[in-house]
Amino acid sequence: MKRLQLPLKKEEIEGLKAGDAVLLSGTIYTARDCAHKRMFELLDEGKPLPFPLKGAMIYYAGPCPAPEGKVCGSCGPTTSARMNTFAPRLLDLGLAGMIGKGEMSEETVQAIERNKAVYFAAIGGAGATYGNAVKSFECVAFPDLLSEAVYRLEVEDFPLVVATDCLGGSVYKR
Amino acid sequence: MIVMRIINTSQIEECVYRLARRAGVSLTESCRQAMQDARNRETGAAQFALSSLLENEETAKREHMPVCQDTGLAVVLIELGQAVFLEGKLLKDAVDSGIARAYEDGYFRKSVCDPLTRKNTGDNTPAMLHTEIVEGDKVEITFLPKGFGSENMSRLIMLTPAEGRDGIVKTIVETVKIAGSRPCPPVYVGVGVGGTFDSCAFLAKKALTRTVGSRNPRSDVAAIEEEALEKINALGIGAQGFGGRVTALGVSMEVAPTHIAGLPVAVNIQCHCVRMEKETL
Repeated sequence: MKRLQLPLKKEEIEGLKAGDAVLLSGTIYTARDCAHKRMFELLDEGKPLPFPLKGAMIYYAGPCPAPEGKVCGSCGPTTSARMNTFAPRLLDLGLAGMIGKGEMSEETVQAIERNKAVYFAAIGGAGATYGNAVKSFECVAFPDLLSEAVYRLEVEDFPLVVATDCLGGSVYKR
Repeated sequence: MIVMRIINTSQIEECVYRLARRAGVSLTESCRQAMQDARNRETGAAQFALSSLLENEETAKREHMPVCQDTGLAVVLIELGQAVFLEGKLLKDAVDSGIARAYEDGYFRKSVCDPLTRKNTGDNTPAMLHTEIVEGDKVEITFLPKGFGSENMSRLIMLTPAEGRDGIVKTIVETVKIAGSRPCPPVYVGVGVGGTFDSCAFLAKKALTRTVGSRNPRSDVAAIEEEALEKINALGIGAQGFGGRVTALGVSMEVAPTHIAGLPVAVNIQCHCVRMEKETL
């Protein structure tokens, strides 16, 4: 399986094809429904986001609390389609890609293609596996949202499948 | 002579606590079996996904970690024997207290919020408590943590009697097709047919408490379960939507008498992570 280190270089993104299985390591940020809504409010007010968007990788996830002796609790992906409202604008602002589960809308796929980004599918339901692959875990914004807050994660060998590549190729069939 | 049995609701609270702690970290036996069968039938990305999920469950059990981070909205079904007298705190409060403690001690995610303000209740309560009065002096408690990636893909449709059996099959298959890769397939499909708008939805939920792969004792209902399952698997969605032969692990359908003018059909989607525990007091 191909090993990738974040941030991804342009050539690395171009080398990914839908259906490829990869092991991804590096810094990612969690954000789901409520966090996206708050980030959009910040953007609309012209305020900075809690993390630099350019070249960043967002993980659609809301982890369980970390048990004693662990860095992170169970931490699998949530359904990406709910973030179709937000993804195109963030991609246009420089987001390198997203990690989630399930297919995204045509509009999001077009934004991925337009910005030469990538969408990875994590295996939905494999929460314990992904939780154990988190090596550091820190809340960077909206702590009142609990599991829905924005967390910065250092991950090692996250098992992923390229769901949508930078040419708009998709692993999902209809 | 009827002998009354007194049960303190603190016993129910402890039972709910135990069930929730266990359910969060393991799959049901029938689900695991169906997942193993699915893995053996698939190739490529779908097989990779299924193998990863089976390994994930082993990790979860070994390390007492939730199988999936969506530890769900707590659905609690209680069959209460008519000869039981409950003493102690209110049943609902006992159930909620058991849930709150289990979610805290088990490091489960608190996933319950106000529908409008979206403010988290902080302890995963209230539970969705359903009680049914039955014969006898026992209390049977079933706990089903319901994830919402799949719950979101569920539907209820009021068909006309003329649409009949074919309409039921079409509704089930169409619901799974529309859901596509989003609910974490392979899914387990609970179907309710009949009753009223509300009771039909509950029948679908109750169908999900059946063993994966079981058949309804009514042969005409079982035939619909089988036909729907075959048509769902012909959709080719596969594990995680990566394409494959197994899009559903099973279809369970429950029926109830309905009005002469109607044919309510509810389809409740459950992801591949079927977690459920049961105990009788």
